[in-house]
Amino acid sequence: MARITLKVDGSTVSDDVEPRMLLVQYLREKLGKTGTVIGCDTSNCGACTVHLDGTSVKSCNVLAVQADGREVTTIEGLADTVDDELHPVQEAFRECRGLQCGFCTPGMIMQSVDLLKDNPDPSEEEIRLGLEGNLCRCTGYHNIVKAVQQAAGQSGAAGRHRAGATTAGAPAEEVAE
Amino acid sequence: MIPAAFDYVAPTSVEDAVAALAQHGDEAKIIAGGQSLLPVLRMRLNAPEMVIDLGRIDTLRGVRDDGDAIVIGAMTPHSVVGSDPLVAQHAGLVAAAVEHLADAQVRHRGTFGGALAHADPAGDLGAPARALGAEFAIAGSGGTRTVSADDFFVDLFETAIGEDEILTEVRIPKHTGWGSHYEKFVRVAHQWPIVAVAASVRMEGGTIAEARVGLTNMGSTPLRARQVEDALAGQPATPDGVRAAAELAADGTEPPSDLNGDAGYRRHLARVLTRRAVLAAAGADGA
Repeated sequence: MARITLKVDGSTVSDDVEPRMLLVQYLREKLGKTGTVIGCDTSNCGACTVHLDGTSVKSCNVLAVQADGREVTTIEGLADTVDDELHPVQEAFRECRGLQCGFCTPGMIMQSVDLLKDNPDPSEEEIRLGLEGNLCRCTGYHNIVKAVQQAAGQSGAAGRHRAGATTAGAPAEEVAE
Repeated sequence: MIPAAFDYVAPTSVEDAVAALAQHGDEAKIIAGGQSLLPVLRMRLNAPEMVIDLGRIDTLRGVRDDGDAIVIGAMTPHSVVGSDPLVAQHAGLVAAAVEHLADAQVRHRGTFGGALAHADPAGDLGAPARALGAEFAIAGSGGTRTVSADDFFVDLFETAIGEDEILTEVRIPKHTGWGSHYEKFVRVAHQWPIVAVAASVRMEGGTIAEARVGLTNMGSTPLRARQVEDALAGQPATPDGVRAAAELAADGTEPPSDLNGDAGYRRHLARVLTRRAVLAAAGADGA
């Protein structure tokens, strides 16, 4: 066993863990933070994305011991619990219906937050490339991309989701900058 | 999927890491960023008794200027390499290859040295390392030695790093002012390339004065296509000027056959992608 101490969603936690324990297991099984989900278990799908010291990582591909002394933010630490307000990216995913079954959503949102931190005004292509490590098997990604555009404050993005929700191949004017 | 149980140490110096490696021998495995190793451990394709984590050795991280070369610490994450101004200025080919390596999360965690030491022939960094003539600093109990890119890659997932040694840094000769492009052919996003071509050119007017070309996934190791480099020298950077040299790209290669394509398909890809990569590196139309 190894002793680890780290900050998760603003709280300091300390535990004895087996070195082989994955960060995602630690978050879910030890801390009960089941908002972070295990999708593929092969580090392809990105559903388990969290922030480690402020940058996005796949928590199924990090050992809990590697997070010792570091700071982790999960989907559960994103909203403003004091004022009971969702994070703007969460709000945009809800507004734009950037989900269907919702399983990929925690990872999509965490990766979108990371993407917007580095690039506050991304093009559609930059959004799609930035989310290439996150797989969604329901939406075809259109409303996810729109949610990121809306969170970035790009004009017109908010009104597009209704048409986009039923349009598989988004017309050119919908995806234009 | 959960790895088999192992012991774990995270030394804070190269000396301590080398000592731990010497102590545990072939029962130990080095973890750098872990983006290739952890999936392997989770699938239990490997079950080391000891995992030695290099993540706490600060001296292995960062990019520095070293006269006629830049030096990239083995534990520098891809995302840092990809946004480093020295890399962009003096080793544009490395920056180009890193930009589309795996996905953003993996680039945050995966490391430059870890990927090279893993030596996956489909990995994106071997071809630029060979093309630019990188040198690999390898530390062991007897000190540090240097291995050239031509000698570093031995076979499939096998390098010149000995069992009791650690890759510490990679020295890349400056190619300041060279145009660069990494042309990668994939079926779906964030996959390993079926074939990729790394090209850097030094232009004099509209003419290619010198070229460096590396090939990804065209054999059991990353390759350098010197016959293409020689044929490109003195050619105009036009589709016609580059075509004959690019036709030589698959010569002498033994590419694998798998579900993504057979060897003949890969040879065809190598020729087409080399033409595209060189033209794009030269900033020419028709790429």
